[in-house]
Amino acid sequence: MRNKKEKIIETILMLCAAVSVLTTIGILWVLLSESSSFFSKVSLKDFLTDTEWTPLFAEKHFGILPLIAGTMLTTFIAIVIALPTGLSIAIYLNEYAPKKFRKVVKPLLEVLAAIPTVVYGYFALMVVTPFLQKFIPDMAGFNALSPGIVMGIMIIPIISSLSEDALYSVPKALREASYGMGATRLQTAFKVLVPAATSGITVSIILAISRAIGETMIVAIAAGQQPRLTLNPLVPIETITTYIVQVSLGDVVQGSLEYQTIFAAGIALFALTFVLNNISYFIKKKFQEKYE
Amino acid sequence: MKQKFDINRFKDNMFKYFGLACTLFGLAVLSIFLINILIEGLGRLNWQFFSSLPSRMPEKSGILICLLGSIWIMVLTAIIAVPLGVASGIFLEEYGKKNKIASFIEINISNLAGVPSIIYGLLALEIFVRILGLGKSLLAGSLTLSLLILPIIIVSTREAIKAVPKSIREASYALGGTKWQTIRFQVLPAASGGLLTGVILAISRAVGESAPLIVIGALLYITTIPTSPMDDFAVMPIQIFNWLSRPQKGFIENATAAIIVLLLITFIMNGLAIYLRNRWQKKIKW
Repeated sequence: MRNKKEKIIETILMLCAAVSVLTTIGILWVLLSESSSFFSKVSLKDFLTDTEWTPLFAEKHFGILPLIAGTMLTTFIAIVIALPTGLSIAIYLNEYAPKKFRKVVKPLLEVLAAIPTVVYGYFALMVVTPFLQKFIPDMAGFNALSPGIVMGIMIIPIISSLSEDALYSVPKALREASYGMGATRLQTAFKVLVPAATSGITVSIILAISRAIGETMIVAIAAGQQPRLTLNPLVPIETITTYIVQVSLGDVVQGSLEYQTIFAAGIALFALTFVLNNISYFIKKKFQEKYE
Repeated sequence: MKQKFDINRFKDNMFKYFGLACTLFGLAVLSIFLINILIEGLGRLNWQFFSSLPSRMPEKSGILICLLGSIWIMVLTAIIAVPLGVASGIFLEEYGKKNKIASFIEINISNLAGVPSIIYGLLALEIFVRILGLGKSLLAGSLTLSLLILPIIIVSTREAIKAVPKSIREASYALGGTKWQTIRFQVLPAASGGLLTGVILAISRAVGESAPLIVIGALLYITTIPTSPMDDFAVMPIQIFNWLSRPQKGFIENATAAIIVLLLITFIMNGLAIYLRNRWQKKIKW
């Protein structure tokens, strides 16, 4: 009787855990089934090589490249901001800062990651863009630069927190050996600690990139809705996520080709982040084995 | 020799200030944003703003419906996601440590944690809205957000359970407790602080989320207060997004005022989580 009850409970718990497997299957199934009807009407070659994305216009083009370019451009700007800042913060808090300062500052920085993204969208549109326009007069009201910068600020805590954890977990002996040789804190940090913590730092960067690629509201509010194959950060562009939002806001008939385009765009987005997430997962697993 | 030593010292000191500058940059941006929001929006916060329905005129609009919508979403999401997430966490940490199913589920969860939130919207649009026929209801919205925050709850549950020392478990087994009794009466109470912290942070994430809800169609101009889980709804972040996308200045002011309310909710929840975590860490010394 007792054993039976235990078994039932274990089964219930397992079923709950199975929900997350079902979620993954559901995501794959939904994306694949809807986009397979899309790809029966639009060839994969057009999708990957056409340089225009105009599914909502009379003359329709279905090239995903402009959306990917927009996504990459904002992500690149975000990483350019977040990587040096986040890594410097991590090294500073780990090697230089007084313990008390670190204890106060770390949770404060993490507040940056807790702010809802729609709020960041407001900042990008109403604060950062007008500020930048003072220096760059021909910058458009919607552009890739200011949402990119704001997104960078948002992901600073991802890089700083996770990198700091990685630096912290480097064995003490390595650090002491370096100081024993007369190295400064800077030399120890960049020549000993950062190389030793490479995998952890890489994981933090990949997670930050993946977060920036999937970010929706900031770019939907401040980057515009004009799919454009460009590297110019001053003109309106459109990201994959913004396109999905744009279609969702309109009255698109379910089952129509326009409706299916959001799933095709979704599968491109999913593929990008899926690859990145798996790379980081395997680096993380390898890293854990190394130090335990 | 002396010369080189000095240069390294100099570089070392320079980096110290650079690192400090980077840290302060993060904090400065945060403060500038917050101050800007307060200046722009504080004047709009009054009783009328809290008690009014959306309107075509900005000065007559209010957040009553979306605030209630957010509270509904918060409660429903908690009811759905917390039991599921905690149960999954218990299974993975206590039961399935070695077997293949568990390691498969684990890879799965770490993958789900990295899936962009808008993809959950696409999943929900097809499954909850169309196939299950839930429409753009509160229930469909909370189910969507539940799936989104499930990985967060699972991971924090596992961490909280991991922190419970072996001796507590062994004492329970020694007294003849079964595995489930041990978990139910010893491990979970001991892990409750960490558990609660994770749950609050996850819910706070759900309250601020808007992209998946836009995909399932929650951006509605609704003028009726939601009274059941099957009603249409709007939430705070979506109302803010809606106001931001309008040209009139009055709506932007409304958006900033609503942002103050949304940030207040977020900060209270995060503060509560940090407080609970600290108290729990201080109180229990194994």
